[in-house]
Amino acid sequence: MSVAPEHLVKSFDQELKRLRNLMTEMGGIVETQVALAADAIMNRDATSATRAVEEDPKVDALEREVEKLVIRLLALRQPVADDLRRAVSALKITGDLERIGDYAANVAKRSIVLAQFSLPYSLAGLAHMAQLVQGQLKSIIDALGDNDAEKAVEVWRSDQVVDDIYNALFRELITYMMEDPRNITPCTHLLFIAKNLERIGDHATNIAENLYYTVTGESLPDSRPKGDTSAFAVVRPQE
Amino acid sequence: MSTAMSVSQDRQASFGGVQARASDLRMNEPRIAIKQLNFYYGSNQALKNVQLNFPDRQVTGMIGPSGCGKSTLLRVLNRMYDLYPGQRATGDVMMGGMNIIDPAVDLNALRARIGMVFQKPTPFPMTIYDNIAFGVKLHERLSKAEMDERIEWSLTRGALWEEVKDRLNSSAMALSGGQQQRLCIARTIAVRPEVILFDEPTSALDPISTLKIEELIDELKHDFTIAIVTHNMQQAARCADQVAFFYLGEMVEVAPAGEMFTAPKQRRTQEYITGRFG
Repeated sequence: MSVAPEHLVKSFDQELKRLRNLMTEMGGIVETQVALAADAIMNRDATSATRAVEEDPKVDALEREVEKLVIRLLALRQPVADDLRRAVSALKITGDLERIGDYAANVAKRSIVLAQFSLPYSLAGLAHMAQLVQGQLKSIIDALGDNDAEKAVEVWRSDQVVDDIYNALFRELITYMMEDPRNITPCTHLLFIAKNLERIGDHATNIAENLYYTVTGESLPDSRPKGDTSAFAVVRPQE
Repeated sequence: MSTAMSVSQDRQASFGGVQARASDLRMNEPRIAIKQLNFYYGSNQALKNVQLNFPDRQVTGMIGPSGCGKSTLLRVLNRMYDLYPGQRATGDVMMGGMNIIDPAVDLNALRARIGMVFQKPTPFPMTIYDNIAFGVKLHERLSKAEMDERIEWSLTRGALWEEVKDRLNSSAMALSGGQQQRLCIARTIAVRPEVILFDEPTSALDPISTLKIEELIDELKHDFTIAIVTHNMQQAARCADQVAFFYLGEMVEVAPAGEMFTAPKQRRTQEYITGRFG
């Protein structure tokens, strides 16, 4: 996107810049949280888990700060066009980031429980999923910083793969549980972890949609590739 | 379909909602259709190849920086420029099969069909009653009872009747600024025009009087086609069904207000309405 000229009222530009900085900061922390959570599961690292959880209050505080700033902007500046889109989507995007932070913290907490069990199977699928989700998150946070609508579309499309892996994991974990009931506790945690990662991907997609709207003024089509069919894995909906 | 999925789709639909509604707003058939309009103050071209429709019984807001041509366009619509030698217009300004800028057009008849309200209230130094009756008498011959009825109708439509019905014979000059402006609006609609032009009708009024005029415009559009020139973009956003942005004599973009202020298509429009004009 071409760089827009500055506003005649400079303090308005400063406020918008502050909004952008707050969101970048929030995105950075959330990215770290997800990385720490992934590390906590894969390497059974309790320190990473604790750190991921401890970051959460910072994310919440930033979300509140963005909310305050946006309400102030709306009341005092009455933004229109791209400024308006930016202000409104900042609210929605920080909401998504906050949720991502929550999911990361939840994954981290479960990793601590999980560490008490010996797992007789590989976590390669989960590791791959975590990697993909982190990639999505990084891309969308970069795109946020650069106002990059094309990159947003890429992230928006890429969620399909994560959903596919999630479905495969779902089946795999159910199999382990059926093989040996002692697997039920760890596998349930793994299932929730996988679900949380999958949700993080969904929120990254939401951010992509909002970013696309902010930059272009147009909405992405209603039907995003949706691949999470695990809701139907046991009970099929009637056609 | 699972609840989660439908919730997520609702979320998605909610954002573009404003835009979708704006696109749904149907523009009526044009009451005035402007094509290839050029206007010259001597050798200075003030309007360049303007195309714009004024949809019937809807409000068209015109915005743009000073000197962009929006007020000039209003002056063309009721041929005010005729008073000044050296000013001329070319092109089509069609209203019901008639080209308004055709020199053969009867100006008195035209101005009964297209009324105008100015920036500063311009009451005549006479009674409230006579202010309204004055214009009507130019165009129609009414009995006293008919005239009384017309005065009440106009003042009621002008949202002033309740405030002045007991002092119709006192001077209009004693009214407040906001009341004077509503009197001017009542005077304009008294001759039952098809189109009302507003040239910054609230720039001399306080915020409450301004809102009253805006509410009035909203009422009037049920019966009249309205064009409003305003420097106040929020006012255009509040009042207008469609908004046209003018710049350096060109009509840059026209769109439903909801689209104009959320997602304008042209870069120049965006820069102007967001206050980034360099």
